[in-house]
Amino acid sequence: MELPEIIENVAIELLKSAVTKLPDSIENVLLKALEESQTAIAKTQLQAIVDNFITAKTSVLPMCQDTGVVSFFVKVGEQFPIIAELLDILKNATIKATRDVPLRPNAVDLFNGNTGNNVADYIPWIYWEIIPNSNVLELVAFPKGGGSTNVSKLGLLKPGEGLKGIKRFIVDSVVDAGAKGCPPYFLGIGIGGGEDIAMNLAKKALLRSVGSHNPNLKIAELEKELLKALNELKIGVMGLGEGPTVLSVHIEVAGRHPASLPVGIVFSCWADRHAGARIDSEGNITYLSY
Amino acid sequence: MGEFHLTIPVTEEAVRRLKVGDSLYISGTIVTARDEAHLKALELYNEGKTLPVNLEGIGVFHCGPVMKQSETGEWTVIAAGPTTSARMEIFEDEFIKAFHPRIIIGKGGMGSRTTKVCQEEACVYGAFTGGAALLAANRITKVKDVFWLEELGMPECLWVYEVKDFGPLVVAIDSHGNNLFAQVNSHVRENVTEVYKQLNII
Repeated sequence: MELPEIIENVAIELLKSAVTKLPDSIENVLLKALEESQTAIAKTQLQAIVDNFITAKTSVLPMCQDTGVVSFFVKVGEQFPIIAELLDILKNATIKATRDVPLRPNAVDLFNGNTGNNVADYIPWIYWEIIPNSNVLELVAFPKGGGSTNVSKLGLLKPGEGLKGIKRFIVDSVVDAGAKGCPPYFLGIGIGGGEDIAMNLAKKALLRSVGSHNPNLKIAELEKELLKALNELKIGVMGLGEGPTVLSVHIEVAGRHPASLPVGIVFSCWADRHAGARIDSEGNITYLSY
Repeated sequence: MGEFHLTIPVTEEAVRRLKVGDSLYISGTIVTARDEAHLKALELYNEGKTLPVNLEGIGVFHCGPVMKQSETGEWTVIAAGPTTSARMEIFEDEFIKAFHPRIIIGKGGMGSRTTKVCQEEACVYGAFTGGAALLAANRITKVKDVFWLEELGMPECLWVYEVKDFGPLVVAIDSHGNNLFAQVNSHVRENVTEVYKQLNII
């Protein structure tokens, strides 16, 4: 098989895998939450979530009807032979996956309505990264549902508000999200950079395995502190007041302008769906685990 | 908190027995309707026209499903979980008054306008686990009909389903003026101060 065809097949497989099978670390934390739940509503809701993702995995069907807007995180080695055609390959893969998995058509043109195939201007969105001295392509499919997207937020704080301001913004954002984005939530938070950079880092933070922490110890402490405190809000599973509210907090920090303190918060519902693989220039495929 | 199994059409008496926190399973006909379907249905109602399907006594499901059509034209449900109901708050009260469904199914809860009309018209709001789209699909035994597909598209049109023991729904708005999500929200607002303190914000 030629390399373009291999890439397309892998991209289709990743989209299918993302919507039908949760990353291991996400499955495990949901199973643990069910095991630890004490009250009737929390148990019923978490049991439904667990039964549903197990059914999705065994029947290879989308776990949620909202199969998201399609995006790919792409890291391409400078020596990887195919770069210019990648966008077209990923678009074709999206169209085929929409038909075959199937995915719900979720790309809506402002004036012409639903395109019917999940491809539209700028969609699928690609987060590009070039890797020096590498002949490997890394693809991560990250379809994101509308419910949790709608509660995500950008705060452009005053630098004088400092760490307290950051924490308050995060707490208030989770309170505002309430039941709307299908809790228990996985939170990606980006601090610094600029208005787009903070949001971008927040989204990227969601790709980290649950249970992992930022290598910077101060940031890791902040992640742990927020995870504990946010659960004291007691929004609960599905916003019904029982069980966990947030299952992970991942923070990435960039340098910032002296006059700006941007904080981006990207919510994922309990189904933090993504799947990745590496392909080398010979066409050898390695699927990634999260 | 009790567990109830109701058959559609549901009587006023049966709905009045339900209280927030109860677990509910329903069997019979439900119809999907999201933003666009609500708008169009109310437009027709205001023009004095009737809907292609009678909603009286049945379940209305906030859902934009993934459906698949066979070569012979038959529809099957692939995934059919609830969508965020809050978007329908702007017209659900009018909708309930116009068409008299007995059970609204969705996720994330609804507001004070819907709560008020649920009390007046004997209707309840049942929360289905968000994202549990295959559990929902497995309880749908038949796709009875579809209306407005061409005009509104797959997620927004009216799908008429036959369901068996569709649930578990948590009764989150009952017909006595109680709203479980509003109760949780007010507790959360109280908890915020404690959380601020824990994080040394105040």
